[in-house]
Amino acid sequence: MEIKKTSLNKLHQDNKAKFVEFAGYEMPIQYSSGIIEEHKFTRSNSGIFDVSHMGQLFIYGDENLTNDLEDIFPLDLKNLKLNSSKYSFLMNNEAGIHDDLIITKLEEGFLIILNAACKDNDFKILSSLLKDKYKMVMDDERSLIAIQGPKSVEILNLILKTVADLNFMSGNWFTYKDQKLYVTRSGYTGEDGFEVSISNELAEVFTNELLVNGAKLIGLGARDTLRLEAGLCLYGHELSTDTTPIEANLKWAISKERLNSGGFIGSNNIISQIKDGAKKIRVGIKPEGRLIAREKTKIYSESEVIIGEVTSGTFGPSVNGPIAMGFVDQEFSKKETKILLEVRGKKYPANICGLPFYKKNYVKGAN
Amino acid sequence: MSDVKYSKEHEWIKVEGDIGTIGITQHATEMLGDIVFVELPDVGSSVEKDGNAGVVESTKAASDVYTPISGEIMENNQAIVDDPGKINSDPENEAWFFKLKIKDSSELDSLMNKEEYDKFAKESGN
Repeated sequence: MEIKKTSLNKLHQDNKAKFVEFAGYEMPIQYSSGIIEEHKFTRSNSGIFDVSHMGQLFIYGDENLTNDLEDIFPLDLKNLKLNSSKYSFLMNNEAGIHDDLIITKLEEGFLIILNAACKDNDFKILSSLLKDKYKMVMDDERSLIAIQGPKSVEILNLILKTVADLNFMSGNWFTYKDQKLYVTRSGYTGEDGFEVSISNELAEVFTNELLVNGAKLIGLGARDTLRLEAGLCLYGHELSTDTTPIEANLKWAISKERLNSGGFIGSNNIISQIKDGAKKIRVGIKPEGRLIAREKTKIYSESEVIIGEVTSGTFGPSVNGPIAMGFVDQEFSKKETKILLEVRGKKYPANICGLPFYKKNYVKGAN
Repeated sequence: MSDVKYSKEHEWIKVEGDIGTIGITQHATEMLGDIVFVELPDVGSSVEKDGNAGVVESTKAASDVYTPISGEIMENNQAIVDDPGKINSDPENEAWFFKLKIKDSSELDSLMNKEEYDKFAKESGN
């Protein structure tokens, strides 16, 4: 299959991107300044991320759609305000996670942002669950550009007046060169920021305006170190159909009302795991010294019994040390528990720690 | 510097008498990206030509370091263990990896000179 390119591909090339294939797309992993500098620039200034490979699924419908989506997602969608967003997941009957996503209430329905690697499968699952009753559009005529970091609000507000008035996890339509953009105040870096859904034809000129105003292009490499420092899950690493939201420590994302009443896909398993406790649970891991424990590193107890596995591990540029997340047996999940990590045949000491590794800088919460 | 030779695994070796100083090339650091961890062979251990002699890790991945020449490790560079970023900033000088006592100097014959290596690095693209 031919590799897909986003509408910013030429701009990435002009900015000396190193490319990797990700979910069938040619995406920039880093630019000339490198992952650590790109990471730090995002934390201190404003980074631009091309996330156009992600799915932008528009589903059109009225209250019937809202009701049907409540049978699928563990959210209180009836009370979700217009232009408000929620983090959620698409689950199977056992509460295994097909994908994690952001869903936003629009006047004419909902917008769901999906992972690139999962979007086609998600579309099939959702069409089948919704029995093709509603118009569903996976909009590949639109690009998705994230702008993240403390200066992003100031920079984006120069281009889209009043964008600064948006609350965290809420969005609105804006006009840019006579076209409609949908902007949400959200992101996946642990920083204040925005995600801009824009037509492919305007994506490059819009991004150039951000660049002229001082933001810089940031690759997927730094996106990964940023989200890991922020303690955020990544599909295919922390999340899979073998893992439930309770095990992934994402209970906070399930609406309280829905936990009592159930009635969404996977609710039986979720309710029983909350009652009886999950066997494994996602934790933060801080290796001692500078050792990096990558994905699939085996985790042992102090008495050298295997208790779990690392799902993501790297060097955290803002933490200035190695960081990891993984799943361990519940009894070893308390903070400060001493564990061992097996790297290249040797076992090294590490500690279970709280998340995030890096404190968030989000603006005031919307709800 | 005529006494520096290069391997296809992107290591350099500078020979002074029977002592070789080994590190990784500028080209290697550009491919690896930001280096954040390094593991070096222990002083006193023996390493075999083209065998494992440490690990470097970038923010992205771990890569093995190979020795271009067999010998006994005389010294390793703790400064790059404490600050792996030095490998990116000065890979072919200050950020050497280890020094070894060369076991068989004829092994040097299979290595490339600067001109040959530059051509190799450019053509291989990796």
